[in-house]
Amino acid sequence: MRGIPGIGLLKGMWVTLRNLFTKPKTVFYPEEKEILVARARGVIALDPEACTVCMLCARECPDWCIYIEGHKEEQPPKKPGGRPRSRATLDRFDIDYALCMYCGICVEVCPFDALFWSPEYEYSEHRISDMLHPKERLADWLKTVPDPPPLEQ
Amino acid sequence: MSELFDNFWVMLVVKLGAVVTVVLVLALVVIYLELKISAHMQSRIGPYYAGGRWGWAQPFADALKFLQKEDLVPADADRPIFKLAPVVSLMGTFAVIVILPFSPSLIARDLDLGIFYVLAAGSIGTLGVLMAGWASANKYSLIGGLRAAAQLIAYELPLVLAVVGVVIQAGTLSMVGIVEAQAQPVFHIGDVGIPLPYLVQGQVIGFVIFMTAMLAELSRTPFDLPIAESELVMGYLTEYSGIRFTMFFLAEYAGMFALSAVAATLFLGGYHVPGLDADVFGPLVLIAKTMVLVFLVIWFRWTWPRVREDQLQGFAWKWLVPASLANIAVTAILKVAL
Repeated sequence: MRGIPGIGLLKGMWVTLRNLFTKPKTVFYPEEKEILVARARGVIALDPEACTVCMLCARECPDWCIYIEGHKEEQPPKKPGGRPRSRATLDRFDIDYALCMYCGICVEVCPFDALFWSPEYEYSEHRISDMLHPKERLADWLKTVPDPPPLEQ
Repeated sequence: MSELFDNFWVMLVVKLGAVVTVVLVLALVVIYLELKISAHMQSRIGPYYAGGRWGWAQPFADALKFLQKEDLVPADADRPIFKLAPVVSLMGTFAVIVILPFSPSLIARDLDLGIFYVLAAGSIGTLGVLMAGWASANKYSLIGGLRAAAQLIAYELPLVLAVVGVVIQAGTLSMVGIVEAQAQPVFHIGDVGIPLPYLVQGQVIGFVIFMTAMLAELSRTPFDLPIAESELVMGYLTEYSGIRFTMFFLAEYAGMFALSAVAATLFLGGYHVPGLDADVFGPLVLIAKTMVLVFLVIWFRWTWPRVREDQLQGFAWKWLVPASLANIAVTAILKVAL
């Protein structure tokens, strides 16, 4: 079959003809929604309680789209006579989704499991400045994060 | 009433009106077909919302959109030629439709030189393309226009030579005459005469050459080098917008229908199908046969890649021209011998 000149042209025509009579793959988006794959990367959610302001995510981000600010707070000693500890508190944690390229490196590097992938993707805005999600909004996304798959036995 | 229609000028206006309407309607139908077929070949749906059902109004919506756009002329352009080019391109197509026989009587003008006139008038369209390329003052347009000219020179020859085989067999140049010659019975089964179109009567090579050269004349894929989006932006169309772009667009699709109809007339028996009254069903039969060829052209476009310029020229001069010359020789010998 391979030796016949022009056979490739006919094979190609057979492929397009078959496609012509098969059902299109189109999903009518606003009315119908795609069934997302497990672990789909829609938006990044933040657990502010877990964040220690270590800045690893902000430094690893290839787009530099994560803005973190924090300060140290003096903690009273746990036992009487103990030394007062300082604890880092998160003031600001913004992700600019207008810049984000959804690489997931921040989720990957976070040592305290403060960042998660959520499959939600419908958060387009009319103004580009609204694409900057502040801490509260990122914490809201946490509700949409699916449970992790069960561990293998 | 009949006196009114005997008047040459009245008849001329009526025929011109009919030709223009036919060209525009068919071009829109072919554009819609292309949108839908290409979409389904790529597992898409294509136009869906315009017009309520199946997106049937999409070509009209597109045309309306194009008409609203500004009619830009580049500062350095050769203004009169730039403005005239789309008209020339569209005129070539109108001129071909004039000669198409939709039934024995439904033809704008049955010339004795019919098919010769088609070939002459059809190549005017490429002149429009060359004018557009030259006048746009744009390097992409110029390359596109010159490619179109080179392509026309290379493929006009096999196109004409492929037609000669049919003309030898039919013994006439008139379009109606060629169809009537195909309506004659070739052999008899009992008392029933069986007519065969020229495609079955040995003009297979002629048909293949005609279709190939036709694709090149229309600058459709795989011979769409004059437009070649990936190299030349939009080729000779780069600087056009608004109504002038629409005219080129209509000319392309109406030309596709017109040349397919010529091929259907020459090789597939035109308006004639055994058992159907050509005066009544003729137009439907011709349009059905033409649509099959139009589908073939669209199918090619959405399957095949573009050839290179040297492949294009080599294919025309090394293969098509010798093959069509051989076709003429064999046809002539068989015509005399049988």
